[in-house]
Amino acid sequence: MAESGAKLLVADDNKVNRLLLARNVELLGHHAKLAENGRIALDMLRKGDFDLLLLDMEMPEMGGFEVLTHLRSDAELRDLPVIVTSSLEGVTHIAACIELGAEDYLSKPVNPVILKARINSSLEKKRLRDQQKMLISRFATAEVAADLQESGFELGGRRVVATVMFCDIRGFTPLCETQSPEETIELLNVFYTLMFDAISSHGGVINQIIGDGLMAIFGAPAPLADPALAATRAALEMHEMIEQLNQERVAGGKQAIAIGVGIATGEVIAGYTGTHSRATYTCIGDTVNLASRLESHTRAAGCDVLIDDDTCLALAGRLPTTALGPVSLKGKAQAVKVFSVEVQRPH
Amino acid sequence: MNAVTIDRAALSDLQDTAGAEFVAELAETFFEEAPGMFAELRAAQSAGAQAEFRRAAHSIKTNALTFGAALLAASARDLERDGLSTNTTAIEALEAAYEVTRLALKEILHG
Repeated sequence: MAESGAKLLVADDNKVNRLLLARNVELLGHHAKLAENGRIALDMLRKGDFDLLLLDMEMPEMGGFEVLTHLRSDAELRDLPVIVTSSLEGVTHIAACIELGAEDYLSKPVNPVILKARINSSLEKKRLRDQQKMLISRFATAEVAADLQESGFELGGRRVVATVMFCDIRGFTPLCETQSPEETIELLNVFYTLMFDAISSHGGVINQIIGDGLMAIFGAPAPLADPALAATRAALEMHEMIEQLNQERVAGGKQAIAIGVGIATGEVIAGYTGTHSRATYTCIGDTVNLASRLESHTRAAGCDVLIDDDTCLALAGRLPTTALGPVSLKGKAQAVKVFSVEVQRPH
Repeated sequence: MNAVTIDRAALSDLQDTAGAEFVAELAETFFEEAPGMFAELRAAQSAGAQAEFRRAAHSIKTNALTFGAALLAASARDLERDGLSTNTTAIEALEAAYEVTRLALKEILHG
């Protein structure tokens, strides 16, 4: 929303105050709607798309404090900036408003110059918050963004049973050498778009992008009913998408690409790791290492999708699998049972 | 009470920022709303409703301040502060202050 055309709601039971505030807001190039008490204001906020609320404290039916309390417990409206306009005297009132989440406090009658400065500052803060939310959703997935919104950010983890997937483009480095950097980035963008789509549509969360590969989690941060099945189905869909991409690439005289997918199910420690200024949502543990090793092993085994014993057990025959027997994987003291999931390819 | 009826500088500031025509209309709105606010004040006093009494006094004070009506604002502030311990004479004095203010504002705004 452009700063010059923001939508403001003016909540004040006094008509003179309401009209004057609206006038000031409109003279600043914004749009104002009016509410004569807190209840009406809340209804309008829930229905409309407002950028800022100018809120009086002393109103019949529902006062400003109650409005602030409602806003705070409403996930949709929690971030709406609120400027309290009141002539209630005393710092206790001001402190109470700010504690309840009000952005600012202006005494009435409101000085238009100060009003302008506060409105601009609040809108700027909102713009930054919206941008931040957009960045979080771009870099951290909708689930992590929702988790952050809901429970806040805290470093630390919890144990959850989840399915972890690793995926990588095979022979990517030599491929890069045969094409321009622009083509490589374009290929990666298309690759990630397709993979994100397949993974997200099965409830998975991509939590890491590493060069030409990615790591996805099924079952965290939000629980998933059948994470092993969801992950395996996503893997098959990823292969189908790569097949389609390859048809286009080959038709355009470009080299086909191949991916390998490794999947493992088990207990992982999921949470935010890093520092308070820079952190990532991730999963760590043996299950994660195993999924990564399985992905690496797809090439040697000549398979598209490799899954571990626990994933296979969870599938319970719902997808066809082939046992490859115990395989010695790097970093594993004992050989592990590995299963291949076959991708059906049109011939 | 030494306050002037209308603080001309404050009223001029309002006219400069909001527009003279708008201020004249806004004053009319105030004149329409004021009897209701006095009615609320009296009703709250009869009912012994402290919060409502203070709120009504508070509204009159805020509106008075908007127009630079210093005398009215000062009277209303006293009522807001004293709450229900305000005597009937003070309410009458407030209404008298309002009447003086209304005439003064009309005179200034409409010439």
